[in-house]
Amino acid sequence: MAEVEETHSIEFELNGERRATVVPGRELLVHFIRDDLGLKGTHIGCDTGNCGACTVRVDGQLVKSCMMLAAQLDGCAVETIEAGPAEELREAFNAEHAVQCGYCTPGMLASAAFLLERNPNPSSDEIRRALKGNICRCTGYENIVRAIERVANGKATAGGAL
Amino acid sequence: MSSSSTETGAPKTTTKPWTGQDLPRKEDKRLLAGQGQFVDDVWMHRQGYAHFVRSPYGHARVVSVDVGPALEMAGVYTALTGSEVKEMCDPFFQIAPEPGGKIEEFPLAVDKVRYQGDPVALVLAETRELARDAAERVRVEYEPLDVVVDAVAAADPTSPVLHEEIGHNVAWKGEYSYGDIDWALENADHVVKIDRLHFHRFSSTPLETFGAVINWDPGTDMIEIRSNNQMPIFGTMMLSPTLRAGADQMSWYSQDIGGGFGIKIASYPQIGALALLSRKAGRPVKWSETRSEHMLSSGHGSERTFLDLEAAVQADGTILGFRVRAFDDAGAYLHYEPLGAVIWAQVLTSCYRFKHINVDYTETLTNKCPTCPNRGYSRLQHMWMIERLVDTVAKQLDFDPVELRKINYVQPEDYPYETPNKCVYDSGDLPQELDLALEKLGYAEWRQKQAEVNAADNGKRIGIGIGSTLDSGTNNFGQAQIVNPDLPFSGNGEAAIAKLDVYGELAVYLGTTPQGQSHETTTAQVVADILGCDPGAVRVYAGFNKEQSTYVGFSGTYASQFAVTGIGAAIGAAEKLRGEIVALSAFALQCEESDIVLADGVASYRGDEERAIPMIGVANLCYSNVAVLPDELADRVSLNCRYVYRPPFDPPDPETKTGNLTLTYANQIHAAVIEIDEGTGKVEILDYVAMDDCGSRINPAVVEGQVHGATAHGIGAALHESLDYDEDGNLLQATFWDYHPATALDVPRLKTGHVESPSPFSKNGAKGMGEGGGAPLGTLCSAIQDALGKDVLVTDTHNPAERVYELLEGLRNGGGQSGVEVTSR
Repeated sequence: MAEVEETHSIEFELNGERRATVVPGRELLVHFIRDDLGLKGTHIGCDTGNCGACTVRVDGQLVKSCMMLAAQLDGCAVETIEAGPAEELREAFNAEHAVQCGYCTPGMLASAAFLLERNPNPSSDEIRRALKGNICRCTGYENIVRAIERVANGKATAGGAL
Repeated sequence: MSSSSTETGAPKTTTKPWTGQDLPRKEDKRLLAGQGQFVDDVWMHRQGYAHFVRSPYGHARVVSVDVGPALEMAGVYTALTGSEVKEMCDPFFQIAPEPGGKIEEFPLAVDKVRYQGDPVALVLAETRELARDAAERVRVEYEPLDVVVDAVAAADPTSPVLHEEIGHNVAWKGEYSYGDIDWALENADHVVKIDRLHFHRFSSTPLETFGAVINWDPGTDMIEIRSNNQMPIFGTMMLSPTLRAGADQMSWYSQDIGGGFGIKIASYPQIGALALLSRKAGRPVKWSETRSEHMLSSGHGSERTFLDLEAAVQADGTILGFRVRAFDDAGAYLHYEPLGAVIWAQVLTSCYRFKHINVDYTETLTNKCPTCPNRGYSRLQHMWMIERLVDTVAKQLDFDPVELRKINYVQPEDYPYETPNKCVYDSGDLPQELDLALEKLGYAEWRQKQAEVNAADNGKRIGIGIGSTLDSGTNNFGQAQIVNPDLPFSGNGEAAIAKLDVYGELAVYLGTTPQGQSHETTTAQVVADILGCDPGAVRVYAGFNKEQSTYVGFSGTYASQFAVTGIGAAIGAAEKLRGEIVALSAFALQCEESDIVLADGVASYRGDEERAIPMIGVANLCYSNVAVLPDELADRVSLNCRYVYRPPFDPPDPETKTGNLTLTYANQIHAAVIEIDEGTGKVEILDYVAMDDCGSRINPAVVEGQVHGATAHGIGAALHESLDYDEDGNLLQATFWDYHPATALDVPRLKTGHVESPSPFSKNGAKGMGEGGGAPLGTLCSAIQDALGKDVLVTDTHNPAERVYELLEGLRNGGGQSGVEVTSR
């Protein structure tokens, strides 16, 4: 009782590079990124849009890629952790011990970068609000907030310990 | 920073050692680039995707399972049912003696399902989506049965029976009795009685769910298991007899693990089912647990109900001891249980000097997800009960809660302190730590503010709470004999290999499976100090690799032990390696071994840095230039040095239930200020202090990170996170929407601090500390109680707005139904 699965031809930009492919209509963006594009830095934590482990940028906006279909990527530009987020943020996460297991980290970096682009000097409260959609079970958020404050305060330097 | 140097003979450092520094983590480079390798990142050639078919019922007879409609779908490789599994394997070995030991559990449910989410079949297909579709076409006919979802009710002989082979639901029962509690209760100036306390069910819900890619190779009969299981040798012990496969056939691998918190010890039943599916299919199987599956069936933290708690209290505030009946809810099967039925006894008296204790402990089976270790396993429950007891004694008898704690704490001069069950608390200074916590909080100022706010009667109430706990680390597995005298388990240990490779590379292989605990960094720091090099020159292999790593039966990352066992093994291995490097260098430099200095990655003659040999030269002598060595030296060196660290334990006495159950005792003292909105019952944390004493700290920033994480788990559990079942056995929080794991907005900015009391029992003065003691649970309950006064009692660990509102309603109705009774002589 095999069914013919609906497919869609899509053209998109992946981390700055033009791509075209055909995707099944039901395929989630996160599975497309991980399974088809082979980019494993985007993670899956909850399947319901709560945890933010799958956060990527689509046309500059923050998107939880478990909440979007691959077919919807047509005509869009997607940016994943593999594009290399701001070096200052990575240096700050390292310096402030903002990483433990590292599973939430790519999504956290995406949300942090998005925040800092719009608000280069966020308050502690604004940082916490910006991270509300990213669950971390290891750090209690404390050092992640400190890392973002470090960048905001201009204390982070590109090309540090990393 | 310059590197330290070590010399043969008495080691001495010429500069600051790496150990003790806030070194940035080695692990971060890959993790910050999205280059970590987690289990779901692993694929195998020809793999199929597996999907479990799970019971929608809490309790039902499985009448039939028809996988035919699934198999008809193109792209479906095979399916596996409980009745097939029963033929292919043996039931899991049970840790419990009878009655729990009679349980027959297979990797898939056979004739009955016993909790919502119990797996009845597996489907394997070409794609993830197809496997899921096919699983939906499996026809299972169920005959629903009555359910029991309460641990105390389950002990009633008339309650629905989960396992007919037992005939009732009591899995384990035992009495722990020390001193003379009857005498103490009869002779004490006051007896404070609490009818009921309930420690709720929650889970640390690691962000990465369970997963595995397994290949039971039809040619070699080897079972390759790529997983995120956090205690793979325990997994081998459970699975080898079940799968009728030799332990040597099972090869476990993991690299990065996305959080574990104990829960990932419990993935072995799923791994067993998937191994059988691979064997049947003749191809690798890949499984990625969905979040809902994780919430339903991975494993929950322990839930415990305490009845008839009675404390004997003297007029001066000395608490002589207590009696209680504890009912632990194991869920539907015993996964790692009933070890929890003894593990709490590691912290029998928590931070206090109680002498007379009687705990009547019953573990029952209910139609709920099996429980398993979860951060602070089995000790949180017991210590929370003790904190409620101490706090209630203070409230009811009008003692100052700070002074009452200080009177009853184990005092600095008492260490090493032997508890009534012969556990030995190693070191600490609890009164000083409490003072520091209160100072950081601004206790006096907050008390003043509290008086003002609470008097103003403007719909807000402020409460101030304290919680004190222990984090017992490095188990003596001999305590298993207290629950089952026939279990041949005792002691503990960990293994490591330190190696100088062909071109002088330094590598350390651990038997541990870290899930964020920074083992690569801390190991490199310790080893660099021993070998006189930069931590950057030490490559640490922390992911588990059964062929490459070394291991003992206790290997893994759990139960706050790495700083003692894992680091102990790394120290031992590095010291052996240093001995070989020194011997080879002394031969090369034609001098005495005592003249060799290891510094900056080079071995040199003391006082003459030019007379030196680099590590590549040392390695060359052993690997490729061996004919130049005298036989006695060549026979002695391999540059591949294994060491097993073994803490000094004796088996406990199962008869008296006494013995030293853990090697180290880190402690935590937390203090918090909360505000309750009287209109809604919502609790807001206004200030929070977390103090910690884990002895000597290898990397203080790593320690601090663990303190933050453990505190966030406790706060989340106290105010937001709960796993509740309705009366039909339906789990009410099967997604993150419903469960609400703590977000950045739920955890306040933490004030932290520490006291450092080195452990006299570990090689390096360190104490294991990752679990924390669940101090936030006691602290927040204490603060809520403080805000509400003495006329109602906070009886549950979980206090969301609706529960606090109910307590406020109790107050508005005049209180008096608090469930506390005080009798004074």
